[in-house]
Amino acid sequence: MKAKIFVTLKKGVLDPQGKAIHASLTHLGIGGVEDVRVGKFMELTLKETGRDEARMRLEEACRRLLANTVIEDYRIEIEG
Amino acid sequence: MKAAVLVFPGSNCDHDAYHALKYVAGVDAEFVWHKQSSLAGFDAVVVPGGFTYGDYLRTGALAKLSPVMGAVKRFAGEGGPVIGICNGFQILLEAGLLPGAMIVNGSLHFVCDYVYLAAETSRTPFTGRIPPGSILKVPVAHYQGNYFADEKTLFSLEERGQVVFRYCTPDGRITEDANPNGSARNIAGICNEAGNVLGMMPHPERCAEAVLGSEDGRQVFDSMVSWLKERGK
Repeated sequence: MKAKIFVTLKKGVLDPQGKAIHASLTHLGIGGVEDVRVGKFMELTLKETGRDEARMRLEEACRRLLANTVIEDYRIEIEG
Repeated sequence: MKAAVLVFPGSNCDHDAYHALKYVAGVDAEFVWHKQSSLAGFDAVVVPGGFTYGDYLRTGALAKLSPVMGAVKRFAGEGGPVIGICNGFQILLEAGLLPGAMIVNGSLHFVCDYVYLAAETSRTPFTGRIPPGSILKVPVAHYQGNYFADEKTLFSLEERGQVVFRYCTPDGRITEDANPNGSARNIAGICNEAGNVLGMMPHPERCAEAVLGSEDGRQVFDSMVSWLKERGK
């Protein structure tokens, strides 16, 4: 069973990397991009278990380590 | 009087802190490996700068789970003086001993330079001998020292006198230009509500002797010594 975890900066938290990338896209002539936000993607391989239990465990993992909820939001997707 | 200097994989200011404590402030200091789970016998704790665990995931995010951090929480909970410098500050934030978080510098540059700090409170064990309004010249060296906290937290930090240092101009004005990293309200250092836990991005241990360009940092360690002496340590 695989789980995907997306960690992104909260709205209102400045993202200087996203801003720099946005500027570079503009330099490349790739227009139409209004904003860029950089985040993290983690793929976890889990032992076979119930989805509910897996979600509970992942929620705890995000809250306690994978994301810093002062500045970041997280989203969990469980596959299979 | 004995101070612990914590050592994590990737700490690199541990020896500087040890030197400042032992040879400048005259305190008995000892390195404490992060796997130790007790701080028995110590009167103060320094969480030094560096790049613990290579800054993997987030600065300080993995170090906060080291066994010694449980002991630091208990030590701080009992009122013991704890100072986190640079990465040490980031670790204290991640561990929840101080509020807020660090993000990448607004400039996207690693900043390595002398800055000026306006001291705001002498109520911490590390600033007792630094009158509010003093200006200190202290170096910074970091990529993620852009202090962030939500408005409510910032308000409460100011309301409760928990802002210890702010970046300022050489004559003490708190301006945007004097802010090296984009920190909210020019915050360079904060303490917990009780005042015994201090986190600061600038490095007092790197400027504790005149030969290093400034000896203003010495006041932080001398304050700690006075604070401990007053308490019979």
